[in-house]
Amino acid sequence: MEEFSNLLHGFAIALTWQNLMFMFVGILLGVLIGVLPGLGGANGVAILLPLTFSMPPTSAIIMLSCIYWGALFGGAITSILFNIPGEPWSVATTFDGYPMAQQGRAGEALTAAFTSSFVGALFAVIVITFLAPLVARFALRFGPAEFFAVQLLTFCSFVGLARSAPAKTIAAMMLGFALASVGLDTVTGTLRMTFGSTELLRGFDFLIAVIGLFGIGEILLTMEEGLAFKGVRARINPKVVLHTWAQLPKYWMTALRGTLIGCWMGITPGGATPASFMSYGVAKRLSRDGHKFGTGQIEGVIAPETAAHAAGTSALLPMLTLGIPGSPTAAVLLGGLLIWGLQPGPLLFVEQKDFVWGLIASMYLANIVGLAIVLTTVPWWAAILRVPFSIIAPIIVVICSVGAFTVHNALFDVALMLVFGVVGYLFKKLDYPLAPMVLALVLGDLAESSFRQAMLLSQGSMTIFWANGLVGGIVALALLMLVWPLLSGFLAKFRRGGDAHLANERPIE
Amino acid sequence: MTEKEPAAISTRAIEIIVALMLLSVAVLVIYDSKRIGAGWAADGPEAGYFPFYIGALLGVASIWILLQAMLQKTSPVFVAPDRFQRVLAVFIPTALYIATIYFIGIYLASAFFLALFMRRHGKFGWRKMLAVSVLVPGILFLLFEVWFLVPLPKGPLENLFGY
Repeated sequence: MEEFSNLLHGFAIALTWQNLMFMFVGILLGVLIGVLPGLGGANGVAILLPLTFSMPPTSAIIMLSCIYWGALFGGAITSILFNIPGEPWSVATTFDGYPMAQQGRAGEALTAAFTSSFVGALFAVIVITFLAPLVARFALRFGPAEFFAVQLLTFCSFVGLARSAPAKTIAAMMLGFALASVGLDTVTGTLRMTFGSTELLRGFDFLIAVIGLFGIGEILLTMEEGLAFKGVRARINPKVVLHTWAQLPKYWMTALRGTLIGCWMGITPGGATPASFMSYGVAKRLSRDGHKFGTGQIEGVIAPETAAHAAGTSALLPMLTLGIPGSPTAAVLLGGLLIWGLQPGPLLFVEQKDFVWGLIASMYLANIVGLAIVLTTVPWWAAILRVPFSIIAPIIVVICSVGAFTVHNALFDVALMLVFGVVGYLFKKLDYPLAPMVLALVLGDLAESSFRQAMLLSQGSMTIFWANGLVGGIVALALLMLVWPLLSGFLAKFRRGGDAHLANERPIE
Repeated sequence: MTEKEPAAISTRAIEIIVALMLLSVAVLVIYDSKRIGAGWAADGPEAGYFPFYIGALLGVASIWILLQAMLQKTSPVFVAPDRFQRVLAVFIPTALYIATIYFIGIYLASAFFLALFMRRHGKFGWRKMLAVSVLVPGILFLLFEVWFLVPLPKGPLENLFGY
């Protein structure tokens, strides 16, 4: 097995003391980001990305991906103790996690959440280890038309899978593409949509957009809610942990289902948030105690947490192999790859073995380290949330501003961040999905260049997109995803019922 | 956004405003793509080729949203006045903060912003307020100017100390 030797080589890279330190720092920062409202995985990574410009890419990706894992863990803490989801993917964890905490079983809920996150993530890393090289090898055969078809599939899946109105998903996506095309056209050297402004020459950087949309937008929303944090005290001691661990094997079926749903939703660009809701819904329907869900069932914590972590982790698979991120945070990491001078895509597995396998090995280590860290440090994080929001909010605004400035050393970007903040607030309130917009902004240039290359090959004829079985199949699948809302609406007319209550509560990442 | 009006703004109105804004972006994109050429040149697709279609799709989607919103009969309140007050209570200071960075640099602006925000919303004592508003910019200064050597915007005060 070639993967094993590659993986061992990866461990040799990840286990240097320097990379271990970055891993540790990354996880701590990640949990902090996950705990604080207004700072999430995507914009936390976006803010810290400029600091890694000068670091070796492998160390940089290890630290930034660890921030992501940390944020995934951290989201559960606020959900369970404070009934406030620190991250969108931990909303479903509040349904049963918070009732458990109110009954004095906070330690149990937290242990279950962290352990099932760990299990979900570990399974997803194993999937990545063995599936990613296969996908990459297969994708080596792709030409520009195939790449564009895969990108088309990604964006059509958003329309198909999103809970928002299809028109809004398309509008958000196209706005992202439009913003991505502003600035210098790299092929012809023409200035596009700059309208004579030198500030617009740089174009709209997706990092600024992410910091504004997710950071400032979230602060505005949180302020509107007028949050006062009232939390439940958490005590975790080895006895509770061991007691909970002894119970967990009983729920292996729930965990397995959650993991599978998560892996599927992560690889297709569903993302962690829909995955956690879907897993919760399925567990509720299939469990013997389904009717007791929402009153503090440990299964109701296990289901969304395994799915969220499996999805968050497996979102890196399409990012590494095809250059298509499965979640907004993966999109920011992909942007990082481009900045560090690495071309994402199947060639990464051939040309940058150290980078790819170092990252995959670090995912194994980081999840073990992460589990140990969160289990031992829960009370500290809970204490941070007791700091009043009137101190935390302005500090987060300052951090976001600093982060936006350091991307290009431009003050204009800080103002732009505020504009994106308002857009994020409006879009969230009107139920426009943000993830496709961010993905379009990141992938805009790549998608455009593969489209143009395909068009060049075919001399402007669209027939290249069904010239052979492979590209035709992907395009057909993409179109199927695009009309999926219509189809499923049609089907639902025949099969009345379903879980309307849960469907209403599904937010979009 | 007319926050002065006592009548609550409906979601439908905001929906229509946002759709119209998206539509104007679409028109702008199509117009500019046409200007730089959205067709086929001797050496392949022109610079406006791809954005043109993006603009067209954005236009179609925004008109679709616009029609949906206009056909809606009832509409919930977009945001209650007291909640909107709270949103403005963050938005306006943040906008002012970003404006002041241009003049006095990010460190001093952050200190003022933190102090005023805490004073207005937290009713903290002077001692706590001073501690946070001096410590946070101080840590930022050490982190960026000293350790990572990333220069942040500075104003007259920092110049005085030779930075």
